[in-house]
Amino acid sequence: MPGDLDPEPRIKQWKDDLGKAFRNTLYEQDDLTHLQALTAPRGHYLQNLKSIDELLERDLQREKDGFPRKIRIGRLIKVGKGGKEKIVVVPTTVEEKLIHDLKADSSKTEDQSGGSGEGNDGQVIGEEPVHGTEGSGTGGAGQGESGEHEIESSAFDLGRILTEKFNLPNLTEKGKKRSLKKFTYELTDRNKGFGQVLDKKATLRKIIETNINLNTIPDVAQIDPARLLVSPQDSVYRILSKEQDFESQAMVFFVRDYSGSMSGKPTEVVVTQHVLIYSWLLYQYDRQVETRFILHDTEAKEVPDFNSYSSLSVAGGTKVVSAYRLVNEIVERENLSRDYNIYVFHGTDGDDWDTTGKETIPELRKMALYSSRVGITVANRGGSALEKTIKDSRVLEEYMKQLRLVVIEEEAEESRLIEGIKQLIS
Amino acid sequence: MELINQHTKRIMEGCKDRAKEAGLQFQDETLEYIVTNKDLLELMPKNMIPTLYDYWVHEVEVLKEKGKYELYPYNPYETVINTRPAMSFYNDNNPDWLNVMIFYHVLAHIDFFQNNLFFKHTWQEDFAGQALSDKRSIALLRSEKGRFVDYVIEFTRGIDNLVGFYNELSDLNRPAGNKSAGKLDFYFDLFLQTIVRVPFHEYLKEVDRYNETTGRFGSMAESIFFSQVSKKYPEFEALYTTRQKSKKPKSRDLIDFIADHSPFLQKEENRWMKTVMEIVRKTSLYFQPQIRTKILNEGWASYWHEKLFINDDRIKGNEVAFARVNAKVTALPRMGLNPYALGMRLFSYLEGLADQGRISYAFQRLESIGGRSGFDQKTGQGRDFVSQVRENFNDFMFVNTFVDQDFVDTYKLFVAGKRLNPQKEVWEYYIQSRKASDYKAMLLESLYHPPHIVIGEPKSQDRSLYLDHQFEGKPLVREFIAHTLLGIEYLWGGPVKLETSEPIEKPEPPLAYSYNLYDPVPTDGKSSRQDKAQFGRVLYTMENRKLSRSLL
Repeated sequence: MPGDLDPEPRIKQWKDDLGKAFRNTLYEQDDLTHLQALTAPRGHYLQNLKSIDELLERDLQREKDGFPRKIRIGRLIKVGKGGKEKIVVVPTTVEEKLIHDLKADSSKTEDQSGGSGEGNDGQVIGEEPVHGTEGSGTGGAGQGESGEHEIESSAFDLGRILTEKFNLPNLTEKGKKRSLKKFTYELTDRNKGFGQVLDKKATLRKIIETNINLNTIPDVAQIDPARLLVSPQDSVYRILSKEQDFESQAMVFFVRDYSGSMSGKPTEVVVTQHVLIYSWLLYQYDRQVETRFILHDTEAKEVPDFNSYSSLSVAGGTKVVSAYRLVNEIVERENLSRDYNIYVFHGTDGDDWDTTGKETIPELRKMALYSSRVGITVANRGGSALEKTIKDSRVLEEYMKQLRLVVIEEEAEESRLIEGIKQLIS
Repeated sequence: MELINQHTKRIMEGCKDRAKEAGLQFQDETLEYIVTNKDLLELMPKNMIPTLYDYWVHEVEVLKEKGKYELYPYNPYETVINTRPAMSFYNDNNPDWLNVMIFYHVLAHIDFFQNNLFFKHTWQEDFAGQALSDKRSIALLRSEKGRFVDYVIEFTRGIDNLVGFYNELSDLNRPAGNKSAGKLDFYFDLFLQTIVRVPFHEYLKEVDRYNETTGRFGSMAESIFFSQVSKKYPEFEALYTTRQKSKKPKSRDLIDFIADHSPFLQKEENRWMKTVMEIVRKTSLYFQPQIRTKILNEGWASYWHEKLFINDDRIKGNEVAFARVNAKVTALPRMGLNPYALGMRLFSYLEGLADQGRISYAFQRLESIGGRSGFDQKTGQGRDFVSQVRENFNDFMFVNTFVDQDFVDTYKLFVAGKRLNPQKEVWEYYIQSRKASDYKAMLLESLYHPPHIVIGEPKSQDRSLYLDHQFEGKPLVREFIAHTLLGIEYLWGGPVKLETSEPIEKPEPPLAYSYNLYDPVPTDGKSSRQDKAQFGRVLYTMENRKLSRSLL
């Protein structure tokens, strides 16, 4: 393995592992994984769908029996494997017990763990960037794609569960969905005799087949090409063909504030909620949904995949208008409003340097004109700058059908998030 | 799940002979199973007990991945089940030499289960068989009562970490002859003194009469003595029998208390719930000693697998492979805690000390370094001593008693800390302390420790259940309180109160203090608030499925 020769990645890996080891407790290790090196088994989400349905049914029954629901859906777990991060959506539940809250122990100012080896008191033996994935710098399009794919496969089912079980509303215009066809041309069909590109492998196979039938090959192990008879009918070509494809019907812009103030809880709230919304739309439009991801601080930029969308963060101020402007530009440039139902979901902690709304509100108005829905989530206790400007401008009343604003506290639980989604999309 | 093949079983039997020769003690019969990935999926949520009752949370756990337990101490699953006969689980493609090593490890676990006193309540039990019968009872109840069986399981599991493990043990370990009051005690201690209230001289006369009767009639004395008594006090016999009947054994923990005293559960139609509660309680009790002996148990097993396998001729040719595997399991990590490594080091360390006779008063009172370092009585008692430790200790006692500065120095242990470096925007992991006292405190802190909650005297005259959390410097997880109390309320059938301590927020210091004139950025609000939280008693009340909180 090349990795073995080059010490650098291994040292880096070792340093990354330090943080993980630090959090290890005594009780996480056991004979099967530790002694027999067995990997913990994982059930695939889809295989277990049936039982998820049953579980959710039970959960609904709980509510009728007067007990709070227990199953949570949509928690994001990042699984680091060889530096890659995937996002998986799974149902979870917690068995509540009266236990000590180790995190709230105020007598200890710092976390502690054990260690062994050389070194003096105070010596630093490892570092870990505060902002998770940002510092590791392993970004790249290829990695992101796998992440997105993973979320896609389970998101549809999550959307179904959200719609059916959590009573999220169906889209009202679902009945008169436009089904646009689009055609693409691909070199996938094969044709004998003529065509655009000669398929050499298929042709050779065909020639051999003909010659076996003609008995010109006495020994299959030793074929003499000179004796082969070649008929024009044996040449196989690839030919351009018209493929029918269904156009995506919804375009969703996910917009997120990734400035310094968003790190930690607010980001988690926003990203979790956006995953849920995405899943819901995916189900509503029967998978015909396209997504665009936009991050902003004082500047806005588009990122290619959900992975970078959820994990990136910078330290900086906030200008909401930059993001709105970028969305408007994209829609205008690509003429999206003609072909798509456009949704914009914006998550922020409510900071905005434009405290008067002089710039932000006009862009928001513009956006409301072409969108089916603009949903703004403010992860804050309330009273933030953005919330105030929007409310003062009365734009919410003006575009009652298009605009929604939800304020969610940073510590929000899942049920609150889903409640928030209901408000955003109702 | 299938049994290992005859070839592998033969290897196991060979290991047993050698382990017994070396001094391990365990029953001859054991069962070994091969587990596949699919088996593991089903076994893991059930803590590797194949016959454990079905419960929907187990199904959810199958669906989600490991690693959700940050907040929530979870009984780790195990490869060896402490039952009769002991069962253990193996990966299906271990090479033979590796199996030898693992078998030694497993045999040491079995030896531990069957000798450590904290497991005493499991010694007489075939837990897997018991669990199977429980599983059937629950399945039967479920067919009659439907989903309410699962509610009872859920709510009982909500308090199953508060089971009276030590109460259970203390009953078992009570010295013989210290029986509860019999007829004689009742007569002299209660009847004469508090019911009839005889004068003192008459009381002494009765004592004399009793002594005289014993002297004359020996073993017949008691019945003759009491025939006289019933002539004098005809009501005595009746009083005694009603007393015996009314005297209930004391409830051993919260689950037991609720089962005994809940007005809701005493109703005819709800009696079945007690069965379910008892099953959950017993299951929890079974796991209690395991989580309390993690370092000790894994340390003991690692200590033995290394010792036995290195001296086994079957290691030949596989020394390097063994060294690799063994190092992965038992190397002290640069960062983090490894119960295998730690326990094994501590056992070896103690064996060395005992061999030199250092666990003695003679050594303890030596003060000079020279005298200490040269001290060696060559007692050869090491092996005996560690066997006693494995019999009588649990993790807390093990760490608290034996982790000292010499141990920490020998293995270069330290307490690692984590701090923020705001300039570089990184968390730094650094060596915080090499003092034994700090290291011990850190270890003790990381041990499993459920809150101590006692059933208090009700402070008001209603039929509520009053729970009193004995505060040990750590508050309870707040988010979990509501649901847990909801469950207790359901089982209790009335209001439930929980008294506990929580940090009381102080008013924030005025902003002027946190501004720096030269750098007008407010300092991180957290640091000023976190100095020392003040704890105050609060009372949670769960009534009609509504939770309220008030300061006391």
